Amino acid sequence: MAAGSTYTPIATATASGSQPTITFSSISGSYTDLVLIYSAKDGTAGAEGNILISFNSDSGSNYSWTNLYGNGSAAGSTRLTNQTSIYAYCAGNTSSLEAGTFQVMNYSNTTTYKSTLNRGNVASTAVVARAGLWRSTSAITRMDLTSSSGNFASGSTFTLYGIQAA
Amino acid sequence: MWWARLLNVISGLLGNGVAASTTSYESIATVTVGSPQSAITFSSIPSTYKHLQIRGIARSTRAASGSYVKIQANSDTGNNYANHGLYGTGSAAGAYAVTTTDHAGEAYITASSDLASTFGISVWDILDYTNTSKYKTVRALTGADVNGTNGQVRFASGVWLSTSAITTVTLTDGNGANFDQYSTFALYGIKG
Repeated sequence: MAAGSTYTPIATATASGSQPTITFSSISGSYTDLVLIYSAKDGTAGAEGNILISFNSDSGSNYSWTNLYGNGSAAGSTRLTNQTSIYAYCAGNTSSLEAGTFQVMNYSNTTTYKSTLNRGNVASTAVVARAGLWRSTSAITRMDLTSSSGNFASGSTFTLYGIQAA
Repeated sequence: MWWARLLNVISGLLGNGVAASTTSYESIATVTVGSPQSAITFSSIPSTYKHLQIRGIARSTRAASGSYVKIQANSDTGNNYANHGLYGTGSAAGAYAVTTTDHAGEAYITASSDLASTFGISVWDILDYTNTSKYKTVRALTGADVNGTNGQVRFASGVWLSTSAITTVTLTDGNGANFDQYSTFALYGIKG
């Protein structure tokens, strides 16, 4: 079996407090999976927020996601279809920065639609897992991360890693 | 970069996957399905890591909506496993538990009746796989969205009731179908 070191940082962005969108562009196709690790809150009034993630500047209704949550008193599940982005769970403006991950598998292949997994948390409110879909066979070369309301809070960080399979 | 490694550690603590540093996560092997096949096996797994991670996309040839991947160790097909899951269907959350069964976990994948070109994805962690003094546990974050009424997101965990070091991992379709073309699984090792 071949073995090689991987899980490589591609880029990191830290929000200044005045940015509604963070963009990772010119993403190399040399990895197998992408992993976004974030510590963030957006401008949404309240404890919970969302990072709206789109690929390759596609603003069409080509995204969907299935949501599983536990909020301390119940577990539930929701789904949104034909959306203009996939939502990754993060903190709103009354919470502290909250960490999460967003995984994009086989992002550079041109034969399958792109599937994603998100794990997010807001300590005061809920723990969340989401499976997402972008209905495109295009290789992903750009990710736009947009605050669901207002700007990302100052100090929010977003690091994109590449994982290369043998 | 210390902050990048800190974020990795935070990710691991949150259950998103075993924390990895940029120097301790290594690719071991990858299998991509060319024509439908019933099983994917990683054998002769080196014992030089602390944990294993399997990342994959898969679609089943099952003539239905949805299927699942089951995981077995060291070619043990006996009822020496148990597993649990928590899942969301898009309209409700549910849970399951299976004991005295032949596999350690169930990752959700798409199948032939689902939207074309969609694949279920999963990230499995196999913890302390070479330890010969305890049973082996696995966990997974898995799911698939198909822009419709089917699809699922799931937390899965399981145990193999054996103290043997794991040297082989086998993935099969839990409904006895095949993995469809373009299904891909990659095995990684994480140093301790």
